Amino acid sequence: MKLKFIEEKIFNVLMIVATLIVFGFFASIVWTIVKTGLPSLSWEMISQLPGGGFYLGKEGGILNAIMGSLMIVLASALLGLLISIPIVFYINVYLKKKSKLAYFTRLSFDVLFGIPSIVYGAFAFTIMIALGLKTSLLGGIIVITLLIIPIFVRSMDEVAKSVPSDLLDAAYSLGATKLEACKVVLRQIAPGIATATLLSVGKAIGDAAAVMFTAGFTDNIPTSLDQPAATLPLSVFFQLSSPIPEVRERAYAAALVLTLIVLVLSIVGRIITNRFSKNKLI
Amino acid sequence: MLSLTVLSLLILVFMAVGLYSKSADILKENSVWTLLTSSAWSPFNGQFGFWSFIVSSIYVTLLSLIIALPISLLTALFLTEKAKPWIKKAVFPVLDILAGIPSVVYGLWGILIIVPWIANSLGPHFVDYTSGYTLLAGGIVLSVMIIPLLVSLFVEIFSTVPSEIKDASASLGATPWQTSRKVVVRKALPGIIASTVLAVSKAFGETLAVLMVCGNMVEIPRSLFDSAYPLPALIANNYGEMLSLPKYESALMFAALVMFVIILIFNTVARIVLHKVEEKFTL
Repeated sequence: MKLKFIEEKIFNVLMIVATLIVFGFFASIVWTIVKTGLPSLSWEMISQLPGGGFYLGKEGGILNAIMGSLMIVLASALLGLLISIPIVFYINVYLKKKSKLAYFTRLSFDVLFGIPSIVYGAFAFTIMIALGLKTSLLGGIIVITLLIIPIFVRSMDEVAKSVPSDLLDAAYSLGATKLEACKVVLRQIAPGIATATLLSVGKAIGDAAAVMFTAGFTDNIPTSLDQPAATLPLSVFFQLSSPIPEVRERAYAAALVLTLIVLVLSIVGRIITNRFSKNKLI
Repeated sequence: MLSLTVLSLLILVFMAVGLYSKSADILKENSVWTLLTSSAWSPFNGQFGFWSFIVSSIYVTLLSLIIALPISLLTALFLTEKAKPWIKKAVFPVLDILAGIPSVVYGLWGILIIVPWIANSLGPHFVDYTSGYTLLAGGIVLSVMIIPLLVSLFVEIFSTVPSEIKDASASLGATPWQTSRKVVVRKALPGIIASTVLAVSKAFGETLAVLMVCGNMVEIPRSLFDSAYPLPALIANNYGEMLSLPKYESALMFAALVMFVIILIFNTVARIVLHKVEEKFTL
C-alpha cells in the first residue's frame, strides 16, 4: 500500500482518538462532580446558613454563598446590561460598517475579554482603596460588572452584526430616526440578548479570582452594600482546603450546586435561542 | 452612547494606570529588570524577585499548550472535514459545557483525579516521590480548560477555507488527510497561530484551578514532577496578608501589572490577526 494511504489511516484513527479524549475529559469531570457531590448534597445544605461548628463538620449549609453569588451576579448583570446595550447599539446602528471607532471598540472589548479575572480583581482592589471601600458586596458588584461588560458586548455584538442592513434601510426609508431603528434591531436581537445574558451570568457566577479580592467572605447574607458577601466558588475553595473530611465533602456538594446553576443557565439560554427566534428574518 | 463607548475604551487605560500607580512604590527601589530576573523571594526582608514565578507560569502554560494543541487540532479537523452531522451535534454541546464549567470545579477535578493519578500511578515510574501537586497536574488541568476554546476557534477558522481549493487538492490525487494537512492547515495558519496565542493568554491568566493543583512552592521547577508556583496563584494566595508587610502590596500589584501587560500585547496582536482573517474570507 502506498505511504499516503497508510498515513491517511493512521490520522483517521488519531482524529477519532482526539475527539474521544475530549469526550473522556468531559465524562470524567461530570462523573467526578456528580459522584462526589451527590452523597453530601441535602436540602439542609442549600437552605441554611452555616451553623456554629460548620467549619468543623457540624450543622449548617451554604445559603450564605448561594445568596451572595446571586446578589452579586444579578446586580452586576443589570448594571452590565444598562452599560453594554447602548454600546452595542452605538457601534452597530450609529456607526458605519467600516468605522474606525467601531473597529477599536470591538478590538478593545476582545482584549478586555481576555484579561484574566485576577487582574480585574487587583484593579478593582485599587479602585476600592482609592474610594476608601472595604471588601464588600459593593466591591464584588463593581468587579463583576467590569468583568461582565466585555462578555455582554462581545456576545450581543455577534447577534447584532447578523441583522441585515436592508432591515435598517427599510426602517429609515419609512422615516424612522436612528433611535427608532434601534427599536427594530432590538426586536430582532431580543432572544440573542437573553441568551447572551444567561451565558454571561453563568461565566460570572463561576468566577472566583476577582471576587476574592473585593467581596470578602462571611457566614451571613449581606443586608447592605457595605457588608462582605460570600460567593459559591470561594465557598468551594475554602471548604476544600479544610483537613476535616465532612467539610471537604460539603465542598464537593457545593461544587455540584455551582455546576448545576451554570448548566441550567446555559440550557435555558439555548432553549430561548431555539424557541423564541420567530421574529427573526434570517 | 458615544460617551459610554469612549469611556469603556478607557477601561484598559485606567487599568494600566491604576496598577502602575500601585506598583510605583516597589519600582522606585528596584529596576524592572532585577524584579523580573531575580529569584530571591523573601517578603519579610523586602526581597521581591519574580523569576521563579514567571518561569513556573511559562512552564505550566507551555505544557498545557503541548497537550491541548494536537488534541484540539485533530478534533477540529475531524469535526470540519470528516464528522457526520450527528457527531457534530453531540460534540458542540460538550464543548460548550466544558467551556462553561467554573475554574474552581476544574481545580476540584484536578485534586480528585489528576493529582492522585500522578502521585500513585504515573509519578512512581519516573521519580522516587511526588505529592502529585505538580507542574504536570497544572498543565493537564489547564489543557482541558483551553481545549474548548481552541476547538471552537479552529472549527470557525477551518470552515472559512473555501471548498474549491479542497476539491482541487482532491482532484490532484491527495488523500483527505493530505488535503487537511497541506491545504486546510496551511491556509488557516495565521488563524491557528492567533487562536493559539489567545489560548496561551487564557492559560497564563488562569488562577484558581492552577492554584489548587500546582503545589505552590517558591522554587524553580526542575522536572514535571516538581511543584510550581505561577504568578496568578501568587497573587491569589497572598492577597490576605499583603497589607501587613511593607511593599508586599506593591509587589503583588506589580505582578498583576506584568500579567496585564503580557496579556494585553498577546491579545491585541492575536485579535488583529483574527479580524484580518475574518475579513479576508467574509468579504
